[in-house]
Amino acid sequence: MRLQLSPEMEAFRDEMRTFFTTQVPQEIRDKVAAHRHLTREQYAQAQQVLNAAGLAVPHWPVEWGGKDWTPLQRHIWREEMQLASVPEPLAFNASMIGPVIAAFGNQEQKERFLAKTANLDIWWCQGFSEPDAGSDLASLRTTAVRDGDDWVVNGQKTWTTLGQYADWIFCLVRTDPTAEKKQRGISMLVFPMDTPGVTLRPIELIDGGHEVNEVFFEDVRVPADNLIGEENRGWDYAKFLLGNERVGIARVGATKKLISQAKAHAREVVVGGRPLSEDPRLTARIAELENELLALELTALRVVANSADGKPHPASSVLKLRGSELQQAATELLVDIAGPLSVASFADGGSQVPDWARVATPQYLNYRKVSIYGGSNEVQRTIIAGTILGL
Amino acid sequence: MDFTYDSEQNDLREAVAGLLGRAYSDSEQRRRVTATDPGFDEKTWARLAEMGVLGLPFPEEDGGMGAGPIEVAVVAEEIGRVLAPEPFVEAVVLAGGLVAAVGTAAQRAAVLGPLAEGSSVLALAHAEPATRWSPSAAAVTATQDGGAWRLTGVKEPVPNGARADVLVVSAVTDGGTALFLVRGDAEGLARTGYRTHDGGRAANVTLDGTPAELLGEGTADRSADVERAQALARIAYSAEAIGAMDTALKTTAEYLKTRKQFGVTLNRFQALTFRAADMYVSLELARSTALWASMVADAGGDVVAAAVRARLQTSRAGRHIGKEAIQLHGGIGVTAEYSVGHYTSRLTAIDHLLGDGDWAADRLAATVDSYPTVDPLGAPYTGA
Repeated sequence: MRLQLSPEMEAFRDEMRTFFTTQVPQEIRDKVAAHRHLTREQYAQAQQVLNAAGLAVPHWPVEWGGKDWTPLQRHIWREEMQLASVPEPLAFNASMIGPVIAAFGNQEQKERFLAKTANLDIWWCQGFSEPDAGSDLASLRTTAVRDGDDWVVNGQKTWTTLGQYADWIFCLVRTDPTAEKKQRGISMLVFPMDTPGVTLRPIELIDGGHEVNEVFFEDVRVPADNLIGEENRGWDYAKFLLGNERVGIARVGATKKLISQAKAHAREVVVGGRPLSEDPRLTARIAELENELLALELTALRVVANSADGKPHPASSVLKLRGSELQQAATELLVDIAGPLSVASFADGGSQVPDWARVATPQYLNYRKVSIYGGSNEVQRTIIAGTILGL
Repeated sequence: MDFTYDSEQNDLREAVAGLLGRAYSDSEQRRRVTATDPGFDEKTWARLAEMGVLGLPFPEEDGGMGAGPIEVAVVAEEIGRVLAPEPFVEAVVLAGGLVAAVGTAAQRAAVLGPLAEGSSVLALAHAEPATRWSPSAAAVTATQDGGAWRLTGVKEPVPNGARADVLVVSAVTDGGTALFLVRGDAEGLARTGYRTHDGGRAANVTLDGTPAELLGEGTADRSADVERAQALARIAYSAEAIGAMDTALKTTAEYLKTRKQFGVTLNRFQALTFRAADMYVSLELARSTALWASMVADAGGDVVAAAVRARLQTSRAGRHIGKEAIQLHGGIGVTAEYSVGHYTSRLTAIDHLLGDGDWAADRLAATVDSYPTVDPLGAPYTGA
């Protein structure tokens, strides 16, 4: 048992902190800190700065640009990135399809996609969920039927995040409708979003933003070369990918940042001559939230410190569940500090409401998603009850 | 950073778990022991002494083992796991810890040696009817009569106060709070013991001009020493609570798998299994915090601050798990015959002996605006 980081890890943390706070354009970091949406170009620029320094895809195999880091190093890398308000490398590229291609793709696919995926020269989007396949993903109905050298894809995907920016989509499709288990008849295909027959329809969210989309496929012809891995093994790749999605899902650094912003704003809101930061109910609420976050961070550290042998630590399922709840609690805190100012979400030039108070409620509403995506918290409870408690 | 136990710590856990597991292999054994005074088993106490557990945190020159807060936490967790009623945290960590921190070399030898050998039980008489988790004495006073000190006033509740061979008593002097040693057979000492709801014992200790020996040198205020000893005991209690919560959850999960209603086992009801999953989340978050607090103590960091954080997390988790463990069992959970309710009772006692969750939250709230973020691996916790 030892609390302190080793001198090497201290140095690593300093190195990450210095890089993130000096090499990523300030304008981009300010926008992330202000909870405003980045443009496509800003996402790409930030990821390319990271990639040039070898910091975009450290968890990939070394031959494809990864670093041979320990789980603790990856944890520090991610936390420091979040604390510095650096946009994380696009998850669809860095955490999802990249590792899948690196692990299961053929050599030609690796050479064709991986470097461009790491550098965000290709922007990927995810074609997993369907209107009738949410948490029950394996019941997806989009089909791919072999026709000569092509697969012909028909169906519909939904919740495709930032599909409007995407060059390519990775898609789960049903290739064997007769398979005994529904998980067994699924394959993974990749294809360009401008392939004939692909149509994108934006979904407006309750925060007024356009973040997710529906994607429709009508007789979309995909070359057989674009099948990733083996036919009818797509479910295994999806599970592998979703496992990666859970890495870093605690988002402790990001929530810390939100709480520190909440504290600063509470000093700015003065009621009856007294700053809100002196209100005992508010300070108690912040104290409780901060302690919950401390407990989560320590649990994340326990998990990374004990998962060196490659096996996931049982407590890792806690990270998504509690991490999402605390992110939501922090955004809720910001709305409550803004109080009546929090309704001025779309105020423009003539308003005196500060920017942080304008974005507070849209962010809070938007963050309801974090307990739903990546395996809803109810799915996480099912996993804990089943695989950990044996219920 | 390293969150793994070394082989000696694992050996210690195995040895203590073996001893306590035999002594309290089922809840009936514990009920039998707690039914009669002193509320714990003197034989088990003696075996813990033989194993070195009762001198664990004291320096070797004082008759101890020279171990640290991690080893203390390992033992406390095993105590909690089987709800062993032996007062390890109360006598060794809290009362003994204060003697180790404040006493002169002669006092340490005279008090800690017999404590470690199991021949003398020590108790801290600090709480008063009108205090609430304070590090200071309030209405019990100490006056000097010639060269001798005499104490007057009421201490209550004093855990194991009636059984103790020696009491460490806090009292107000001109310099603030001072600490004293009072022999159990001292004149003017009246002790009325009673059962506590968790099967333990506490006492009203009334002092009436009772002769006492000043602990340590001088009468400068000892509140900071008391606070530090309380903090170390809070951290040990956090570990004890983790052990108790762990068993409460395991017992509950096992029950859900075997108890049948409506023709099926209870684990077929998602309304129940989800709540068990939430108990697991509470437990693991509290476990991380308790573990961290003992590491802070081991690293020489700010134990007072770390203990408050551990107290808050384990208090909230203890309430959650204790209440749900009973509810998920149903009626059997509130019977004395069945184990799980006793775990809830002990968790409730731990919660109130040295400061509850609201107390801890208030302490944190007072300073929350003085720093931007909490870094568990940074100052002041690492002591660097």
